[in-house]
Amino acid sequence: MRETLRAALTIYAKDVRLELRTRETLFSVLAFALVVAFIFTFAFEPSPQLIASIGPGIVWVAYIFTAVLGINRTFLLEHERGTLDGLRLAPVPREALYLGKLLSVVTLLVTVEALMLPAFLVLYDLSLFNVWFIAIAFAATVGIAAVGTLFSAIAVHTRAREVLLPILFLPVALPLLIGAVTGSREALDGEGWSGVGGWLQLIVAFDIVFLVLSSLVFEYVLEE
Amino acid sequence: MTTADAAPAKGGTGIWRLGLLLVAGVLVLIDMYLIFGYAPTERSMGIVQRLFYFHVPVILTSFLSFALAALGSVLYLVRRNRAWDRLAYASAEVGVVFFTSAIITGAVWAKPVWNTWWVWDANGTLTFVLWLIFIGYLMVRAYAPDAERGRRWSAVTAIIGAATVPFVYMAADWWGGLHPERVTGPGAQGSLEREMLLTLLFSFVTFIVLFAALIAERYALRSDEDAIEELRLAAA
Repeated sequence: MRETLRAALTIYAKDVRLELRTRETLFSVLAFALVVAFIFTFAFEPSPQLIASIGPGIVWVAYIFTAVLGINRTFLLEHERGTLDGLRLAPVPREALYLGKLLSVVTLLVTVEALMLPAFLVLYDLSLFNVWFIAIAFAATVGIAAVGTLFSAIAVHTRAREVLLPILFLPVALPLLIGAVTGSREALDGEGWSGVGGWLQLIVAFDIVFLVLSSLVFEYVLEE
Repeated sequence: MTTADAAPAKGGTGIWRLGLLLVAGVLVLIDMYLIFGYAPTERSMGIVQRLFYFHVPVILTSFLSFALAALGSVLYLVRRNRAWDRLAYASAEVGVVFFTSAIITGAVWAKPVWNTWWVWDANGTLTFVLWLIFIGYLMVRAYAPDAERGRRWSAVTAIIGAATVPFVYMAADWWGGLHPERVTGPGAQGSLEREMLLTLLFSFVTFIVLFAALIAERYALRSDEDAIEELRLAAA
């Protein structure tokens, strides 16, 4: 167990170092998130009343599309440069590889989501600095990363990479999206645990089930 | 992978399959008579209610196909016996057809009765999500770089899809709770007439036999494909 964790952290550290040196993924994904958020301004001509009802939806559509884009890149470098073969040969448990990539994805998505908070404030006058919203967003992001990392390891090797990931990932992530949008709306309406708690529990249960299941089946995805 | 495992279907199973297909055909004809000639017209919904005998068995058979695909996938990954993969693949292929019919009949029925083509309640949402997951399953197989990885990856897709079922159901159910417009519907009516019940039960049997016949056909086709692949590998 400790060995798994150490190997996972090593892979994670590699991804973070790579990103800090190139700064490729973070900025391209962030730019995409901004474009999605900005497009909605013209799609809806949002008034304050409209934002109160569709605001959480806009936020989560922007987040989940951004997640698809970011997750698609998870194994892309590994695939293009043959790093995956090296990682596969490394004498570490397969779960370590999954956990390491999962941590990278969570870090990337949480960073982009946090950097988007001021953008939503400016574009829509939508203040998301709310402890319940942040709890929902973090829990949902873990679930998105758990499913997304697994499917991206499949999609990256296929011919229809960009299309296949969202088709596999979005239907499975639907409960997360429903929970995140509805839970966020409750949170922004000023509800506490009574309104948000049920959705948060659903999302956390999803996270646990899919973290365990994905790390179990990950070896069947990688195996040559 | 053993040679015996991928052996071509014997002549005997071919006759057996043909028999099953014939039985299914006869049952469908009788079922059509029962649905359109025997069952009485429902008083409030009228003629469109006859879709009920088609829609409900097809929905249940669709869910059965998903259960079979998930079961076959788990057993394939654990045992590595190609027979389980063939079962899962056949279930997914037939399942897509059944899910599509279920969605179309559901929409055609919902429009006159609920005045909307589609209701995102727990059942509708789950049906739609599973249909998408089956499409993803078939796409993974089609786009995988080789058949072996296609088998493994599609099995993983089916397993993850099966795990999401309770979450989709619960999330859609709670979410639907915020939209309480829908109180009436086919599920809300009283007890069925005897003729209606009989027709419904007969429809269940018909569609399950039809489903089994189609699965057997696709399974046999996959067996032949596996055998050809085996021969090609042996020749190379």
